Amino acid sequence: MTGHDAPPTHGLSTGPATSLAYHTGTWRTERPVYVELSPPCSLACPSGEDIRGWLGSTQEGAPGFEAAWRRLVSANPFPAVMGRICYHPCQASCNRGELDEEVGINAVERFLGDTALAEGWELPAPTTETGRRVLVVGSGPAGLSAAYQLRMLGHSVLVREAAGEPGGMMRYGIPAYRLPREVLAQEISRIERTGVVIECEAPVTDLDAAQREFDAVVLTMGAGVAHHVDIPAGAASKIVDAIDVLRDVASGRPPLVGRRVAVYGGGNTAMDAARTARRLGAQDAVVVYRRTQEQMPAHPTELQDAIGEGVRVQWLSTISQVEGQTLTIERMELDEEGRPHGTGEFEELDADTVMLAVGQDADLTLLENVPDIHVSDGVVQVDPTTLMTGRDGVFAAGDVSPGSRTATYAIGRGARAAKAVDAYLAARVIPAEPAPREATYDRMTSWYYSDAPKQHRGELEAARRVTGFEEVLTGLDAEHAVFEARRCMSCGSCFECDNCFGMCPDDAIRKLGPGMRYEIDYDYCKGCGICAEECPCGAIDMIPEVK
Amino acid sequence: MTTVHIPFLQTGTLAVGGRLLEDEERSVQSQADRPSSLTKGHRACQGCAEALAARWVMDTAVEAADDKLIVANATGCLEVFSTLYPESAWKPPWIHSVFANAAAVATGIAASLHAQGRDDIRVLAQGGDGGTVDIGLAAVSGMFERNDDVLYVCYDNQGYMNTGVQRSSATPTSARTATTPAVGCQPGAPVGQGKSMPKIAMAHEIPYVATATVADLRDLEHKVRTAMSIHGARYLHVLVPCPLGWGASSAESIRLSRAAVQSGIFPVIESRAGELTDVQPIRQRMDVEEYLRPQARFAHLFKPGGEDALDRWRAMAERNIRHYDLLGERS
Repeated sequence: MTGHDAPPTHGLSTGPATSLAYHTGTWRTERPVYVELSPPCSLACPSGEDIRGWLGSTQEGAPGFEAAWRRLVSANPFPAVMGRICYHPCQASCNRGELDEEVGINAVERFLGDTALAEGWELPAPTTETGRRVLVVGSGPAGLSAAYQLRMLGHSVLVREAAGEPGGMMRYGIPAYRLPREVLAQEISRIERTGVVIECEAPVTDLDAAQREFDAVVLTMGAGVAHHVDIPAGAASKIVDAIDVLRDVASGRPPLVGRRVAVYGGGNTAMDAARTARRLGAQDAVVVYRRTQEQMPAHPTELQDAIGEGVRVQWLSTISQVEGQTLTIERMELDEEGRPHGTGEFEELDADTVMLAVGQDADLTLLENVPDIHVSDGVVQVDPTTLMTGRDGVFAAGDVSPGSRTATYAIGRGARAAKAVDAYLAARVIPAEPAPREATYDRMTSWYYSDAPKQHRGELEAARRVTGFEEVLTGLDAEHAVFEARRCMSCGSCFECDNCFGMCPDDAIRKLGPGMRYEIDYDYCKGCGICAEECPCGAIDMIPEVK
Repeated sequence: MTTVHIPFLQTGTLAVGGRLLEDEERSVQSQADRPSSLTKGHRACQGCAEALAARWVMDTAVEAADDKLIVANATGCLEVFSTLYPESAWKPPWIHSVFANAAAVATGIAASLHAQGRDDIRVLAQGGDGGTVDIGLAAVSGMFERNDDVLYVCYDNQGYMNTGVQRSSATPTSARTATTPAVGCQPGAPVGQGKSMPKIAMAHEIPYVATATVADLRDLEHKVRTAMSIHGARYLHVLVPCPLGWGASSAESIRLSRAAVQSGIFPVIESRAGELTDVQPIRQRMDVEEYLRPQARFAHLFKPGGEDALDRWRAMAERNIRHYDLLGERS
């Protein structure tokens, strides 16, 4: 074709075209990639809850509450209980704490738990029946968590409990002003309705017989036996175990404690005992602790609440003798390594009752003639991955085994034991989980989060509290729970704020619609990094392009 | 218990969108089917805020005009990177004539449409700071003075960037450019020179003048919508960081805009008929260093001898904060 027979071009050598023909993606040296990271709250949650997930559903308001609760109970069947008694390590690690105040996760958990009880939401029914039988020894948080998870996996589960009522330390160790019994009873019976059978006053005494009857056994007897120290004491002295006082109160047989009570110890049980003593009529409740406040094992909020109710604490003190109603207290001092030593200085303290709260031991009578189950440090030793004891098919979780003695930890370990039992029954190995990548605060662009302080739960007036066992903390209403949930920054997980989509100078991101998130068009993405930089929650990585 | 107004939406209207927002609270840019008037494949540098701002402005204007919008473009980066012959990245009708005359071309289009009884078709003119503040100022001023029915948008990246980063009269003091090297006793752009185009526009007492940045999409969309609801001459001045000319990382364009506003360096204002009518208060006060330090064109401010220049920048921020009451102390 020559210039003369070509079609007329009207002065243009070629027709108009669109820039879409030019793929600017070839310029890229780094590519943005959406990632899903683990938030610090979930990493800190001993129960392994998907906190970000259930807060996300709660953010939608009433229509999202049930979905939120279902996500929550997939890990923890006790949201109304744990929403009250958990020491919420999740909140201590919450990234929002760096911005203003941490999200009140625990209060929202309680709101969802209470809403589920009010609405009568039921736990899901197992989808299969395996026909395998598992015995759980003890019905505390570890036992019931294991039983529930095993039931969800289709196994037939029997829980045998030595005490008259199920719940373990949740029932007999935690006072009603922190955990109303009705709430506990409802959450336990909801687990029973999934098919878990709980037999009370049914102590297990023969492990061999139990193993013949069941395909696997999970030991969750807890640590309900008071630890003892030797204190020289006269016959007229009244020395009791704090855990027994708590148990008697929980069983409806409150003991007489007198006007002045001394509690010996510095853990949460000591705090519960002192606060309970105040409620039983003691005008003066003194906690005697041999170390300092910084070294105290009790949770700081427990100590705060106790002091708020008029409990006094005598730091750096040991009880060296009890004679009648007079305690001899020795002052202690710390050495360079922080260990307390006696100073030889003594003083006297009057007390009608002395409550010992110096630790609790596991009741291991069941294992006395079982040589292949190894006990050391007073607890049953287990394989850290499978939680199996030295005996094939026998697992242990909760306070009877090593680890933190909190209900949330027990729930997490119970669930883990269930997973391990399930794998054992199927002769499978538990697959190793990849190490999680944490969504750290430095990845976040906090500018985009609206300013909002935490919605504090109201507290009953301290003066009102000590008159009875009514609940101390009140819950959030729906409005405040939604508000609190919306304070969640969704660390490390896209919540569809549209920043990447709206801020791409190259129009190279596609929005896929509600719940579907986005897709990067690498034909045009130049890799400038604005999307990653401006992503509020740090859910985009920039990865070097490999030639 | 404290009572609070509950519709708290996690990111509120600070982010582009958000699944918790009602439809009417959503920005144009958050819509999956937004116009994308400046489409993919344009040749702007990585992280170009001008390309971003142009899409934001144009998409909002296209929606406000019911798709009936004609655009006249001055010479500059925006024109060069969007229309490499024979390709165009523009979806609306778009014309480029020469450097100095975008305002005059737009005036002509508006006059022609009016003569044809097509006042339903709206006209937008746009250019960089070179085409607006320097080379095209006469045409822009004439358009303002005649109150022609045109929205003129200036994307201010503070220099002649596509020809190799030369100084313009919008280049700020101390900034290093190819023609104002960081040498001598007063390195960078000279002190006491340059113009404020928003103030010049306000002096014409035209119906609407506003400033905006790419750090606040909602504000920018609101201002374009407001401008489109008015007839007559209107002026919008948008600060657009240039990673190449400013010597900054391509990922930082929005962060730098945010620092410019939150330090008080770039006041975000609205004016009607020459009177200041609205000022965006500082939300999180930042130091001028947060704006200056990431930019290589200001690197000499942080070396020995740069103290006086840095003090001048602090004083500029303080003056703006005082003059525009950016901390809301007087209101």
